[in-house]
Amino acid sequence: MIPTAYYIGLSAILFAIGAMGVLIRRNSIVIFMSVELMLNAANLAFVTFARVYQAMSGQIFVFFVMTVAAAEVAVGLALIVAIFRTKQSIDVDQMNSLKG
Amino acid sequence: MFLSEAATGGPQFFNLVPLIVFLPVIGLLVNIIIGGRLSEKAIGTIASSAAGLAFVVSVLQAISLVGHPEGAVVPLADWITIGDLRLRWAFQVDTLSTTMMLVVSGVGTIIHIYAIGYMHEDVRHNGDPSRYQRFFVFMNLFIATMMVLVSGDNYLMLFVGWEGVGLCSYLLIGFWYDKGKDGIGNAIAAKKAFVTNRIGDFGFLIAAFTMFGVFRSFEFEEVFRQVPDVATSFPAAIVIITLSMLLGVAGKSAQIPLFVWLPDAMAGPTPVSALIHAATMVTAGVYLIARSHAIYVVSPLAQNTVALVGGITALFAATIAVGQFDIKKVLAYSTISQLGFMVAAVGMGAFVAGMFHLVTHAFFKALLFLSSGSVIQGLERGHQHVEHDPRLKKQLKGAGHHFDPQDMRNMGGLRTRMKTTFWVYLIGALALAGIVPLAGFWSKDEILAEASHLNPTVYWLLTIAAFFTAFYMGRQIWMVFFGEARSAPAEHAQESPAVVTVPLIVLAGLSLVGGALNLPGLHTFSHWIEHTVQIEEAVKEVQLGEAAAEAAAGFNFVVAGVSTVLALVAIALSYWLYMRRYQELKQLPAARRPDDPLRSILGPVFTVFENKYWVDEAYAAVVLRPYAALSRFLADVIDWRFWHDWFHDVVIAGVYRGFTRLLSVRIDLGGIDAFANWLATATQQLSAQMRRIQTGYVRNYAMSIFLGVVVILGYLILVSFQ
Repeated sequence: MIPTAYYIGLSAILFAIGAMGVLIRRNSIVIFMSVELMLNAANLAFVTFARVYQAMSGQIFVFFVMTVAAAEVAVGLALIVAIFRTKQSIDVDQMNSLKG
Repeated sequence: MFLSEAATGGPQFFNLVPLIVFLPVIGLLVNIIIGGRLSEKAIGTIASSAAGLAFVVSVLQAISLVGHPEGAVVPLADWITIGDLRLRWAFQVDTLSTTMMLVVSGVGTIIHIYAIGYMHEDVRHNGDPSRYQRFFVFMNLFIATMMVLVSGDNYLMLFVGWEGVGLCSYLLIGFWYDKGKDGIGNAIAAKKAFVTNRIGDFGFLIAAFTMFGVFRSFEFEEVFRQVPDVATSFPAAIVIITLSMLLGVAGKSAQIPLFVWLPDAMAGPTPVSALIHAATMVTAGVYLIARSHAIYVVSPLAQNTVALVGGITALFAATIAVGQFDIKKVLAYSTISQLGFMVAAVGMGAFVAGMFHLVTHAFFKALLFLSSGSVIQGLERGHQHVEHDPRLKKQLKGAGHHFDPQDMRNMGGLRTRMKTTFWVYLIGALALAGIVPLAGFWSKDEILAEASHLNPTVYWLLTIAAFFTAFYMGRQIWMVFFGEARSAPAEHAQESPAVVTVPLIVLAGLSLVGGALNLPGLHTFSHWIEHTVQIEEAVKEVQLGEAAAEAAAGFNFVVAGVSTVLALVAIALSYWLYMRRYQELKQLPAARRPDDPLRSILGPVFTVFENKYWVDEAYAAVVLRPYAALSRFLADVIDWRFWHDWFHDVVIAGVYRGFTRLLSVRIDLGGIDAFANWLATATQQLSAQMRRIQTGYVRNYAMSIFLGVVVILGYLILVSFQ
């Protein structure tokens, strides 16, 4: 049986990749996908500990996260489409109207 | 409480006495509130009934006094209570005050009725009928305040009335305040009366304060009770009180040196001259001395001073009256002279004689003034008649010539055209001149008889004054009523209506029989007054011995004979001058003809009389001009230049400006503003620095959030491991 630490390590690696993607990339779609990656890294951690502790709550939490993520994608993609229509670009560095 | 006493000595109505004040007050309130909507007749009727009802109440007081000669004090209200000073508004009903009440309300009522007719024409001559109502309000106010004066049971209440009548006098002298010389002559006369009276009031106040200092009370009864003790222990106080009071009397009763206001007071309408400036108000001083008899009799110095002031005033004013041409001015100086008689009498201790003369004088002097008003209006009617007749108008000298209806040189021959007025005037004049058996004879003679015993100097002064009195009254009668008319208006003068003449007839009746009040042998009035003024006889006995006192109480035929002969001689002299010699002088060409036959005989002396010894001018030079100069100095130099220009504009304004500059520059600009500005600048600079953080790049914000989460988590982990 694969030890728990592997799952947690994989989860941490996925989360780090996601975080780096959000912080470094400029493409909104990619940033979005990186956010999804981070969510799924968290999901992996949830199910891992659910299995370790034989608790159903962790698994149920994952479903909630997936649901919220699906809703978030819908909202997020709609925002990106709206931004693209005004700016003709999805580069987040173009969206700097709040610059002081 | 009065009901229980009533059983002992006849009916009494003492508790009604407050009505003598409140009835006129009600009358004037009614006239103030609804008078504007009433007819002139209604206004006059309301005012006259108020005065008339006050007279009825006064008569009831007199009836009560017959059964209860000791009188009563009727308290009405507490007035002032401070420390041991406790003053009530109480009414002193005794024979002395009731005599005054009867005179004030009786003569007052007659004059009110007369004024209904007189003022009807007067307001039209002067061109403002709306003042009719005001006149009667003032008249009722006068009756009310005069009643306060005579009925108070203490000196302060008397002073309230004293000031009140002064105010009414001022208001009524200035009744036509927009008329007179230069449009302000009457207002100036009113002011003169008020200011002169203030000087007298100052004396009254000094007397009142001294009195309280010595006696610790203002009430007559309490003060008089202590007088004998104080007279021995502290005689100076008595002298101060009596002499200061004399100053007040000189102001109110127009004696030397404060008489100058009374002749000018003739600027008021004639009923006012009759009521206030002849019959009632001016006699307040005489009443005051008679009321204060207990204080005066213990000080021979004060008595002599008062008697001398009265005697000199009597003679002085009588001589001035000889040289006057204004019909009312003659009567005004005559009033001053007669007041001198009364003051001399009460000063000598002949209180009854003084009060008796006060009463009879009220009758005949009111009669004379009212008749002179009738004469004046008769002449004004004649003047109008002439003016509206183009044929007669040519006789008036020059176009726009101002006709003076009060100048006796414009009169003459009115005997046939104003019959009623002539007869009542004649009665009044003979009463004043002291011809048997009219009122003035008895009262004046009583004064002279007393003076011949008590004070020979004053007796001679008064006798000579009596001679002049008969002379100037004779002169007036001849000039006004006899001979031929000296002007066109006099030729067409018309008699006054009944509402004017009937009161005159009533007063003439009183002047005829007024002497019966105190006929020799009966002495009704003496016994009446003696219930209040008891010490008179006692003092006389001390001064003269009992035998002389007996003689003094009787009728002195020598004195009466001398004065009657003198009066007849004076009248004969005036007949010779103003009827015979006037005709002779008429033959002279107009340029050399003197305006008064007496002037051709006396020459410069007559000019002195005519110009009233230049007393007004002397006062102007000695008092008024230095006073005005002092005022101007105080106003221009002290007040304006020193206080205003230097102290206010330089000192205070300078200090204030410096302090303001300190506040505005140092405190406000340098402190508060600077702090506020610094705060704003600092915020600006801080935000200029901070805005650099807001890059607008999403990843920078994401990075901050990420790092924040890392820091918080790291911290939590560190904490959880400890």
